Order: sequence, then structure tokens, then C-alpha cells
Amino acid sequence: MEQQEILPNLFRTEFRKITAVLCKHFGIAHIELAEDLAGETFLAALETWPYKGVPENPAAWLYSVAKNKAKNHLQRYQLFTGKIAAELKNSLPAKEEMIDLSDKNISDSQLQMLFTICHPCIPAEAQIGLALRILCGFGIDEIANAFLSNKETINKRLFRAREKLRAEKVQIEVPSVKEIDKRLETVLTTLYLLYNEGYYSETYNSILREELCLEAMRLTYLLMENEGTNTPAVNALFALMCFYSSRFGARRTESGEIILYADQDESLWNQELIAKGVYYLHKAASGDNLSKYHIEANIAWWHTRKEDTHEKWEAILQLYNQLLQMEYSPIAALNRTFALSKANGKEAAILEAEKLQLKDNPYYYHLLGELYTGSDTKKAKEHLEKAMALAKTETDRKVIAKKIKSLYYFS
Amino acid sequence: MDEFMLIFRHEDGKKVASPEQIQVWMKQTMDWIGGIAAQNKFVGGNGLPFEEAKVVHHKKVVTNGPFGDIKETIGGYVIVKANSLEEAVEFAKGSPVLQGEGNTVEVRKIAKGDGIH
Repeated sequence: MEQQEILPNLFRTEFRKITAVLCKHFGIAHIELAEDLAGETFLAALETWPYKGVPENPAAWLYSVAKNKAKNHLQRYQLFTGKIAAELKNSLPAKEEMIDLSDKNISDSQLQMLFTICHPCIPAEAQIGLALRILCGFGIDEIANAFLSNKETINKRLFRAREKLRAEKVQIEVPSVKEIDKRLETVLTTLYLLYNEGYYSETYNSILREELCLEAMRLTYLLMENEGTNTPAVNALFALMCFYSSRFGARRTESGEIILYADQDESLWNQELIAKGVYYLHKAASGDNLSKYHIEANIAWWHTRKEDTHEKWEAILQLYNQLLQMEYSPIAALNRTFALSKANGKEAAILEAEKLQLKDNPYYYHLLGELYTGSDTKKAKEHLEKAMALAKTETDRKVIAKKIKSLYYFS
Repeated sequence: MDEFMLIFRHEDGKKVASPEQIQVWMKQTMDWIGGIAAQNKFVGGNGLPFEEAKVVHHKKVVTNGPFGDIKETIGGYVIVKANSLEEAVEFAKGSPVLQGEGNTVEVRKIAKGDGIH
């Protein structure tokens, strides 16, 4: 590995471990202290390694520096509280216990932090932001970039989220067996959103996009490694992520422009990830609970077979019918109608599509434009133009413009 | 928005359909329900199998199945959200149950439990 790549890579893997362990040690009230100390640890590496060389075991070096920094902080703090502010709220643990950076405690702490961050008391957006910061080691700049937002907004969002966790005195722990299913649901939602954030991110930084998805997968994997959280739904979500990720190499041009599914070179689909997805989908097929991740993973599996068979679209249609009964979302309704056009014909799909009335959704008009293509070019064009006016991203506008242009080949 | 129950009444629950016919109905029913769910108007529903059914009468007399003296029986229900009875009726018109002559779909508003209805 190139010298200059070592530190960024270590940052990705070790920052979250150190932060999680320290935060677990200090308590949620000191979440920022944990982040700061972890940050300072890497700063120390940045200041030392270029001159003295990279230590033989870099991770161990980081752990021991982090430990010392925490120890020093605690000593200074105790001096301060002992002499000045004995009655401070949210005080740090009085005893200077050993900070445990064993593999087991690292893994446990990360898992516990995952549940802490995905606490229902803070909004989903903030959960994702905090997860990116604390569990994925993303910088504020990167988070702002991923959310297409600015540093200030993200900082405020994270600040409020930390305050809330402090105020609610959220315990850093894996919830009890009784609670786990409900809490796990929130965690899975956050991981699902985190993954989507990467998959659909508008940022042209392709490394960042894939990194977001990989981090979401890493955290989901963490849940599978723990017996109490290795549920069928978690396996289904992981399978879903594998199927989606299999198309990474095929869905964008080198300059970052999107390549639509139908135009993708399927020889670029990652067969290893598809096989992995199938493996975890099989593992997910136990127990009595069918989660929406099971259904979505099934749909995603069908999409790993490019051939346009009636069997494929009939299966996808029925899966969407099922998914919508479980949980409505506009995008599922639109995808269902597209599958309907493939399985039952465009005419039937137009009738159903007109009933959806999602009039502020660009994809609604995009779908209608698609359905009228070939039979009513004028209507198709009208709908596509409405979609264009409502489109929120440059990528979408480009795709729609292409479609409008291609309409004239039909007329 | 109110909730309505669409109750499927079959004229003759004992009529046996072919497996192929059953498959066609299954798909039609799933597509019909999926269409309601795609409008975010589906609340719930279930089929009520004709097998293993009993009827408890006055004075606690129990008979087999719902098909004693009456032929017509309930085969299932779906609960939908709708802005009006008319909209609920439009949903009902799509039910594949209606393909069977003599079958009906009864549309009933669900009481809100607010002390008024």
C-alpha cells in the first residue's frame, strides 16, 4: 500500500472503533469528547508518521495513543472537578478504568453505538448523519457533500442530535430481547437509507458514493455477526444491498453519468455479489416474519436477470402488490405500475397509472410518458415535459431529455 | 377519509373451480388489491375459507359450514380508505368476485367509534 494511503484507510476503519469504545467508556453525555479524542489521535499520527515512519502495527499505535489521550484527559478533568467543580452534571466516570480496546469490546461498542445513534428520539436524517460521522468516520465536508448540503447545516443537525441523545440520557447498549425487534426496525431503516443515500447520491464523487454503500453494508454485517441481532430481516436487507451493489460497475459512465438499467452491459455485473445476495436471501428465509426487505430483496434478485420474460415481470408485479399492502410509498406504487405494464400490457397500466395522481412527483409523469410512448406520442411528450419541469436533479433531467428526443423515432 | 368494508358474497360457496380458474382469480385479486394499495387506499383484508366453518344458532345449536339453509355465503372482505361511498363503490366494481354470476360485493362504511357513528 502506498504510504500516503495508509492513514486515510486507517481513518475509515479505526476512527469509528476508537470513537465507539471511548463513547461507550465515557457515556453518551460525552459523545463529542469521544469524537474529539479519536480525531486528535489521527492528528498525532499525521504529525508523527511522515517524519518517523509508519509504525509496524499502525492500528495498535493508534489505540495506545487514544488510550493515553483519554487517560490524560481524565486526569486533567479530575483535577478540575476535584478542585473547582465538584457538583458538575454529566460528570465523567470517576474511576480511571482501563479503556478496553480488545476486538470483542470494539465490536460490542460499535454495535451498541449503532443502536444508540438510531434511537427513535432523533429524526432519521440526523441518525444517518451521526452514523456517517461516528460509525463511518466521515468528515463534515463529506457528509455535506453526500447530502448535497453545506457544512453549517450538517454541523447544526449533528449538534442538535447529540444534544437530544444527551437530554434523553440514552444508554449505550444493545436493547433487551423484549425491545430488540422494535429498535432493530429503526436501525434497519437507517441502514437502508444510508445505503440509498450512497446509491442514489447526486454527488459526482463516485468513490464517495460507493464508500457510503459499503459502509452501510459493513454496519449491516455487524448486526449479522451478533447472535441477538442476526434476524431474517437483517439478512434480507444485506441480500438486497448485495444485489444492488452488483451493478455498481455498470450503472455509471466514467464521467459519472447514469446508465439506465436497460442499457447496462450485464457482463459488468458482479456475479460474486449476486451469489452472495442469493446466499443471504436463503438465510433470510426462516421464521414467520416477512419483512419489506424480504420482498425488496426478491425484487432485486429478479432484476439480476436481465432477460425480459413474462415470468420475471409477473413475479415482480406480485411482489410489488405485496409490498404495497405492507407499506405504501410513491416509488413502490410507480414501480408496481411499470411492472404491471410489462406483465399485463401498457393499456391496463395506463388506466392504473392515471389513478395514482401523484401530481407533484416527476417520476409519475416520467412513467406516464413511458407508457404512452409508442401509442400516443403527443401525450407522451406532454407528460415527459411535465416530468422535466418537476425534475430535481441534473441526472434526471438528462435522462428525460434523452427520452423526449427519442420520441420522434416512434412518430 | 372514511374506511369502508367490501364484503364478498358468493352465491354458492360449494361450487368447485378448476385449478387453472383459481389461478386466474388469484392473480386478478392480487392485481386488484395491489391497485388499491398503489393508491394508498388499502387498509387490510382476508379471505374466509369455506372449509372448517361452523355456524352457531339460537340456543347454541352448532351446524357444519355456513351452507345450511342458505346458499349465499361470505368469502372474504377487504377494507379500503375512500373519500366517499361512491369512491368505495368504484373500488368494489373492480373485484374479480363479481365475475361469478349471482355474487355481490357489499360496501359498508366502518363506524369510527367516535360516539357519533
